Amino acid sequence: MRQFIQGIAENSHYQATHLLHILRQIQSHYHYIPEAAIEQLSGLLNIPRTQIISVVEFYSFFHLAPRGQYELLISDSITDHMLGKKDMLDYLTKTLGVAVGELRDDGLVSLDNTSCTGMCDQGPAGLVNGYALTRLDRSSIDKIAELINQQKPLNEWPIELFQVDDNIYKSGLLLNQQIEQGAALRSTFKRGIKETLKEIDNSGLRGRGGAGFKTAIKWQFCSEEQQTERYVVCNADEGEPGTFKDRVLLNSYADQVLEGMAVCATIIGAKQGFLYLRGEYLHLHDKLQSVLDRRRQNGLLGSNILGSGLDFDIEICLGAGAYICGEESALIESLEGKAGIPRNRPPYPVTQGYLGKPTVVNNVETFLAAASIAINGGDWFANIGTEKSKGTKILSISGDCARPGTYEYPFGVTVQTILNGCGAVDVQGIQVGGPSGVFISNQEFDRKLAFEDLATGGSFIIFNSSRNILDAVHNFTHFFAHESCGFCTPCRVGTSLLKKQIDKIVEGHGSAGDVVALEELCQLVKSYSHCGLGQTAANPILTTLERYPDLYQSRLKEISFEPGFDLDGALETARRMANRYDTGAHLSQTESEHE
Amino acid sequence: MANKIRVATTSLAGCFGCHMSFLDIDERMLQLVEVVEFDRSPLTDIEHCTNCDIGLIEGGVCNSENVHVLREFRKNCKILVAVGACAINGGLPALRNHIPLEECLNESYIDGIGVENPKIPSDIELPLLLDQVHPIHEVVKIDYYLPGCPPSADVFWKFLTDLIEGREPSLPYELVHYD
Repeated sequence: MRQFIQGIAENSHYQATHLLHILRQIQSHYHYIPEAAIEQLSGLLNIPRTQIISVVEFYSFFHLAPRGQYELLISDSITDHMLGKKDMLDYLTKTLGVAVGELRDDGLVSLDNTSCTGMCDQGPAGLVNGYALTRLDRSSIDKIAELINQQKPLNEWPIELFQVDDNIYKSGLLLNQQIEQGAALRSTFKRGIKETLKEIDNSGLRGRGGAGFKTAIKWQFCSEEQQTERYVVCNADEGEPGTFKDRVLLNSYADQVLEGMAVCATIIGAKQGFLYLRGEYLHLHDKLQSVLDRRRQNGLLGSNILGSGLDFDIEICLGAGAYICGEESALIESLEGKAGIPRNRPPYPVTQGYLGKPTVVNNVETFLAAASIAINGGDWFANIGTEKSKGTKILSISGDCARPGTYEYPFGVTVQTILNGCGAVDVQGIQVGGPSGVFISNQEFDRKLAFEDLATGGSFIIFNSSRNILDAVHNFTHFFAHESCGFCTPCRVGTSLLKKQIDKIVEGHGSAGDVVALEELCQLVKSYSHCGLGQTAANPILTTLERYPDLYQSRLKEISFEPGFDLDGALETARRMANRYDTGAHLSQTESEHE
Repeated sequence: MANKIRVATTSLAGCFGCHMSFLDIDERMLQLVEVVEFDRSPLTDIEHCTNCDIGLIEGGVCNSENVHVLREFRKNCKILVAVGACAINGGLPALRNHIPLEECLNESYIDGIGVENPKIPSDIELPLLLDQVHPIHEVVKIDYYLPGCPPSADVFWKFLTDLIEGREPSLPYELVHYD
């Protein structure tokens, strides 16, 4: 082991900023992070062992205890559930003979749940040793079980198990036409750097991750910083459940995204860029790497790009299963090899980002759009959309519709138009913008997708009238409790309390005061949390409570209070150990029954 | 005096520290009993509640008797108050929540150092332990919470005088910050 660890540390030049990369290799080799490896790394990287342990414990894909040689993770997104996830998981546990959250006795396979893997249009989905599995059904599970029991290496598994489709059903301004390689850079050099920034400003392009900060202003702020060492980061940590458009863009439009980054680097004067790819998209890694290599060979990356005298290169960094790393300052922490805990803002990354240096962080789609705008000019983009939301938005549509997949619509499109386009009928409601967004009812289909009305990072999950909305709320609330980074108390404790309270109501133990208590808790978590995760964690509850108050009330019992746990069950151990069978050894669940 | 406000108090899985802190209102107790009459309380030795206005509960819920007492208070008190860290969060007794009850009982009565005549106590008079210690709001509806370990005498005073004088109780920041 010593040699192996020594080797990977050396390949990473003993840089602590590469800790995630190093840990990924150890995890994949040993199926966990052995204590001895931590000790050794601590010496090699010159960081405390506790710092390494905190990183291991922070990320879902690192483990201190052994996982199977085949580590199976099943996506727990609501969209996977709608496609029959629970049945598949039950079938998996039976077929493989291993319980959820456990390692099989022979150490060959472990099984667990994981947050949305971004395959919402082709679920139920999962990961095996980090590689995406799609459209799980009984026959593919039989196949998988057989392959595991035969200990077949992954590269000998049938390729159709790993088949990931783009499912692009509607293209617009951006997806209609890929730019020619290098065209955006050439246009930028020809037009001039300042002038190109002006075009991006004119285009009105706003960040596509959801927050919608104006791209040109961000780039300009960064370019005006005193510090000359600057960075470009592409945020491909697409973790919002129901979002998968960045996966499609990186699969089929990677050149254009990378070129957008290069245009940004040219404008802000950065020499180094990072593509922060979520761990769940490991299947894209080698492909992206080869695109980077090709671009280097073609003089589009590296030193003296297209003879301009400018140097810029891009490195891919893989995440390790943490939704919070989609928050830009947490992402930067993660890039630096640390736990993804959001920083205080200000200072914003444009002033103090990666290694404290000015850094632009933008979404995949933003760079894609910027590249097109660099070629076609600002007006080309600004002519489409609404007053405050220019251009188009690429959507990830999933849930109850005939054609789940990727769609590009001009901003300002109505919800009804989108529903017609994807073949959704009998719709009860839609989760727009993912769990952190808003749930809209079927009374609101004339609303428009735009920053002025319904802002979205792209997630669009459709629920038909056969669905129970509280199931979705329950799923989303558990998601946030799982993904809270644990840094601030309102979020760490608050999201867990929200989870307990929603469980209590959904499971039918709720009574009169419980919905009021739930709402108060929501406001508290929303108002006092440190970052966007906590500030939006209560949205699934708040937005459905506002629209469907009766749904919550109907779950309540007509008594003043009932405990949220099984009182009599809690006495079982003591009863058994004391051999007590008298009536005094029991408790009724509620007072009204017989006290 | 028939119109006095009736107050009951009890300690469940607590240490009586909150009660001691309550007594620290000192001579103000004389002012209090002008308008308040104590019902069931360790201060009076009255064993069961009758109709009361305010119930003050110290300690969390660790056994079946705690559940019965708490329910008696809820049934008889118009306003029920969780007093102190243990009532609010489970507090110190809840440290055992991380250890399975079976291990706790074995350690105390069977395997522990110095245990003679090892056996698990069993008598219908003895309340059974719950597998975990719960804050009281998980078992009955609670109206107000007095934070602190223990809440200071001034917290009791401010809270009770507010209630008695018909105001919505509120604790100023100075009374609830601890560093």
